[in-house]
Amino acid sequence: MIRGLLIGVLALGVIGTGYWGYQEHQEKNAILLNAENNYQRAFHGLSYQMDLLHDKIGTTIAMNSRQSLSPSLAEVWRITSEAHNDVGQLPLTLLPFNKTEEFLSNIGNFSYRTAIRDLDKEPLTDKEYNTLKVLYKQSGDIQNELRKVQHMVLKNNLRWMDVEMALASGKETTDNTIIDGFKTVEKTVTGFDETDFGPTFSNMQKKDENFKNVSGKTISKSEAAAIAKKYMNMKGNLNVKVTENGKGSDYGFYSVAVKNEKTGQESSMDLTKKGGHPIWFINHRDVKKQKLSLNDGMIKAQAFLKDTGYPDLELFESTQYDNVGVFNFVTNKNGVRIYPEAIKLKVALDNGDILGVSAEEYLKSVQKRNIGKPAITLEQARGKVNPNLKVMEDRKAIIVNDLNKEVLCYEFLGTIKNDTYRIFINAENGREEEVEKLKDSEAVYEDVL
Amino acid sequence: MNKKIKLIKFILMIALVSTALPFSQADRVHAFSNQVIQQGAVGNDVIELQSRLNYIGFYHGKIDGVFGWGTYWALRNFQYEFGLPIDGLVGESTKAKLLKTTKYNKGNTAGANGTANKTAKKATAVNIPKGFSQNDIQLIANAVHGESRGEPYIGQVAVAAVILNRVNSSSFPNTVSGVIFEPGAFTAVADGQIWLTPNETSKKAVIDAINGWDPTGEALYYFNPATATSSWIWSRPQIKKIGKHIFCK
Repeated sequence: MIRGLLIGVLALGVIGTGYWGYQEHQEKNAILLNAENNYQRAFHGLSYQMDLLHDKIGTTIAMNSRQSLSPSLAEVWRITSEAHNDVGQLPLTLLPFNKTEEFLSNIGNFSYRTAIRDLDKEPLTDKEYNTLKVLYKQSGDIQNELRKVQHMVLKNNLRWMDVEMALASGKETTDNTIIDGFKTVEKTVTGFDETDFGPTFSNMQKKDENFKNVSGKTISKSEAAAIAKKYMNMKGNLNVKVTENGKGSDYGFYSVAVKNEKTGQESSMDLTKKGGHPIWFINHRDVKKQKLSLNDGMIKAQAFLKDTGYPDLELFESTQYDNVGVFNFVTNKNGVRIYPEAIKLKVALDNGDILGVSAEEYLKSVQKRNIGKPAITLEQARGKVNPNLKVMEDRKAIIVNDLNKEVLCYEFLGTIKNDTYRIFINAENGREEEVEKLKDSEAVYEDVL
Repeated sequence: MNKKIKLIKFILMIALVSTALPFSQADRVHAFSNQVIQQGAVGNDVIELQSRLNYIGFYHGKIDGVFGWGTYWALRNFQYEFGLPIDGLVGESTKAKLLKTTKYNKGNTAGANGTANKTAKKATAVNIPKGFSQNDIQLIANAVHGESRGEPYIGQVAVAAVILNRVNSSSFPNTVSGVIFEPGAFTAVADGQIWLTPNETSKKAVIDAINGWDPTGEALYYFNPATATSSWIWSRPQIKKIGKHIFCK
């Protein structure tokens, strides 16, 4: 009797567990399939966009009139951005696939810049036509490779989940058609490195990433530590550690970390080897109750900049985050604001300590400049501004424009209704170089609901 | 004799001063603290300033306790109208003028109308760096917390900086969410640690990174040498090591 009952209960238990397990299994499969479908969508989307891209570049080459050329180039630009988006959704992060993505954004940049140009005044040059032809061929190669992969995927029902697992486990050596296919695509693109994108494009990447305009003689480790200590203003039993940059860096720098053994407070700083200029500096500590106003903080920041040898800087923006003031300074030379030369400072509003310096932008753009005379007058420039703008302030300024070139501009600060805008008019030719809507505070959403 | 007169004078003076003091001080204490208020500031003084400017019709925006552009222009118009130096700063003279004008126009005391908006005593807005919203910051802070909560502060700023460097890089998606949720990009996203509640420190680290602090020397990748499984990541040019992470190009 009892035995029978026991068997019955156990049997029920086994059936129940089995049923539960089956349910779990079903659910797991459903979720896997869902993830798999997302990958499939992105992948097939990508190869579709590459098809479109190839065709569109092809038709662009055949066009002659500006009326059809500009929209067509704009279309190329749109397709590259869609393709780029699709790549971003595939689990390829661990696979070297950068070159293909760079290739896509290069085509995008090229087509954007040519599409927005007034092609009546400045038609496509022979060089640019050649670039287009090369791009046509290259996108064709990529399209071809991708189609092969796509065919294999469809024919053999290959799953992206397997790719992800193969990549995650680090066993890339296993034979995987998808991985191999994408590696081939990448190899194809690597051969394109030297594509000449023409003069419009070469401007784009001319940026001083190496601090080559920075002056001064090379400093030693101990000198770096001494400079850092001056910035950090720390006392007591200090543990100083200086390390050199790794081999992969574009420029030489020292990293200095100072730790107060007693309080545990830690400051870090990077300095250029050449000249010992600070690149950034962070002193992290809890900031106590606010005792100083933002204005007091600004005065501290200004004094600090004078002391450390940046005399020409003026305040451009000040912002308070909790009990910390962040101040953005830019160079002002003879009444011309040089926006690329910007330094940011962080000041604690409890005791006025400098909590951080960020001078990367400044070091990249600092140089001896010959500021030219503007070709148009302030009034002429003002005439170029949207008449709805109520101009409140104006000045001369140097900014880096869309093409990554420094240009002398008239800057107008004004309002349209409740919004504030900063507008830059080129002082050479009156072109509207940049319009920026300035950000106001953002409401806190805690109480919304 | 002389001494007596001096004493009387002295007493009289003290009496005068002590009767005068409570008035002027009461006004000040009620309204503003004695800080100079500058654009970008937050807090009660800004609420006071906005309410007063609002009351006399210079300011039409929300009384939210953040000294933004709207407040700035309102203040400058006020300074212009009343012949004060137009500097956009609320110093002694501007405060005095504000107290006087807002008091003059109404039978009530300055303190009462200055804080007319009693419900708005708490600041209802915050400063946020350009180009980002509080939600973006929260999302990055989530990722930073999930990826590097055991790291020193600059290690957290560094992780946030890598996310931002990726947004700007042509080899990665162009949005914050695109970069963070790119499949396989961050382990914290893959194993769900991104959904842990981030602490204040990671949020501060994110704001620092957005404001331009990049401790990594423009790195696009980082890995923990103790746990990294991919051999490919070791082939990237290394820039530096912060905490447990190696940052590379």
